[in-house]
Amino acid sequence: MEIFGVSSQALLSQLMLGLVNGSFYAMLSLGLAVIFGLLNVINFAHGALYMLGAFCAWLGLTYFGLNYWEMLVLAPLIVALFGIVIERTMLRWLYKLDHLYGLLLTFGITLMIEGVFRSIYGVSGQPYSVPDALAGATDLGFMILPNYRAWVVLASLTACFTTWFVIEKTKLGAYLRAGTENPKLVEAFGINVPLMVTLTYGFGVGLAGLAGVLAAPVIQVSPLMGSNLIIVVFAVVVIGGMGSIMGSIVTGLGLGVIEGLTRVFYPQASATVVFIVMAIVLLIRPAGLFGKEK
Amino acid sequence: MNKKICYGIFLLALLVAPFVMYPVLLMKLLCFALFACAFNLLLGFTGLLSFGHAAFFGGAAYVTGYAIQTLGLPFEVSIMLGTATAALVGLLMGLLAVRRQGIYFTMITLALAQMFYFVCVQVPQTGGEDGLQGVARGKLLGLLDLSNDFTMYYVVLAIAIGGFALIVRTIHSPFGQVLKAIKENEPRAISLGYDVDKYKLLAFVLSAALAGLAGSTKTTALGLASLTDVEWTMSGLVVLMTLVGGLGTVIGPIVGAVLVIGLENRLSDIGEWLANVTTIEWFRTLGDSASIVIGFIFVVCVLLFRRGIVGEALAFFAKSANRKPA
Repeated sequence: MEIFGVSSQALLSQLMLGLVNGSFYAMLSLGLAVIFGLLNVINFAHGALYMLGAFCAWLGLTYFGLNYWEMLVLAPLIVALFGIVIERTMLRWLYKLDHLYGLLLTFGITLMIEGVFRSIYGVSGQPYSVPDALAGATDLGFMILPNYRAWVVLASLTACFTTWFVIEKTKLGAYLRAGTENPKLVEAFGINVPLMVTLTYGFGVGLAGLAGVLAAPVIQVSPLMGSNLIIVVFAVVVIGGMGSIMGSIVTGLGLGVIEGLTRVFYPQASATVVFIVMAIVLLIRPAGLFGKEK
Repeated sequence: MNKKICYGIFLLALLVAPFVMYPVLLMKLLCFALFACAFNLLLGFTGLLSFGHAAFFGGAAYVTGYAIQTLGLPFEVSIMLGTATAALVGLLMGLLAVRRQGIYFTMITLALAQMFYFVCVQVPQTGGEDGLQGVARGKLLGLLDLSNDFTMYYVVLAIAIGGFALIVRTIHSPFGQVLKAIKENEPRAISLGYDVDKYKLLAFVLSAALAGLAGSTKTTALGLASLTDVEWTMSGLVVLMTLVGGLGTVIGPIVGAVLVIGLENRLSDIGEWLANVTTIEWFRTLGDSASIVIGFIFVVCVLLFRRGIVGEALAFFAKSANRKPA
């Protein structure tokens, strides 16, 4: 079967790959939005911490014999802990200043993390194999679906919707939303806002770490994987606006799919299509698709 | 009066500098100093953080290289073409970026510059990974042979001083005062009837054009335009130069550019020295890991020296001047 001169198998497999990329965009932009909401900091280091998550998985397997499933739990925790240290020792001092300083600080941290990994592992990627339970592919009749890709989409959607549920529907989430609106008032009600801020940052970067572990078997684990991704995620954030959780998820997945389709029909533009979409959105709806300008 | 003497001494030092130091390194320093000053016009005096200035610097560098090598255009025309291209790219980027404020502005410039980078990777005219190498300098106005490093140095110096003078003039002009008002209090500038977006856009284009001038001059001085010039790390580097030197100070970015480029140049020597002093062997690899050092300086600057070297010095003098009459 052919659609616009492209075989449906090729189209569907690129669409699936687009969804996989899109779920990484969704997880990362979600974390950025949650962090920005409470801390007013754009976390440039998000890409580097995603890379750290992937490297944790690889290091765990190579040096400690910890398998994929163990690292799937451990790596996000390690990354979150690392993030908490960054927040407690450095970011904390910048909240009262212009947003720009938070961006510049995390940019510096990004260069340091990447530089350290690059000086040890070089720029070439380290292969990480798909766990046995998810190896192989399933024939759905109309397409061959690699099991691992299906798992990535499923796992990240679960993570995203859990986050959405916790923030929008639980008491803890209510505190968080209140803290985003007016931290002073929330603190006056006896809620430990600084602790909440620290944990939020830890959670946001933990999500990036989780995305990193999920990504490890799909793309090679390399020190540069984060900075390639973070700029695209920034464009996703500009397109979606950081006001809404659901908005981040939908925008992330949608752009992944658009990118996948571009790879089928006009591969030369696949690297730039997200930025082109961003330019168009800025012309039509400057505040972003789901955004509300302050 | 005092200021004039300082500038005079500074100019004299620049005139004799090539007799003391390697002229090619000096030209590189001048180009980056102009680049940082152009960037500071936007961040320090308008309050807009652009993370996409590599696109103007590198874009102009490619256009100038291409104009000289493939089109065979003369030196002056190639530089003007590069600068004009940077201004045009700046206009397009600025039109989109000024539609959002604050942190979104920064993310948009970063994203658009990344798009520009991907375009540079794909089009054949940029020479891909190799870049444009061995760009000839040619003759100035068809008369003065620029292949001599000394002659070229004075031409680069004249360009840098011209650019710097334009920036200083802009800062002190009524236009510059409006930019300052936007930086200090944007809603108020709007309520006073200024079309803030138009002013921002004009500042953005001016800054982009001057960054382009720096990039074009760099291509002819070093004979090289490559992907490093358009990569996002270059945008980060110019932010660092400005931050180290002092945001919103006139000569801060120059100091910052000299320090950062000088440090990059001498990093492996510093690493050797540190390894000898501390007996930690790892320092010997420092020359290959410039990004760790640059990242570290970023973090230290943001946490401890937000005013930068020149900013701290000015604050110190202002403090001691205040103390005297008491």
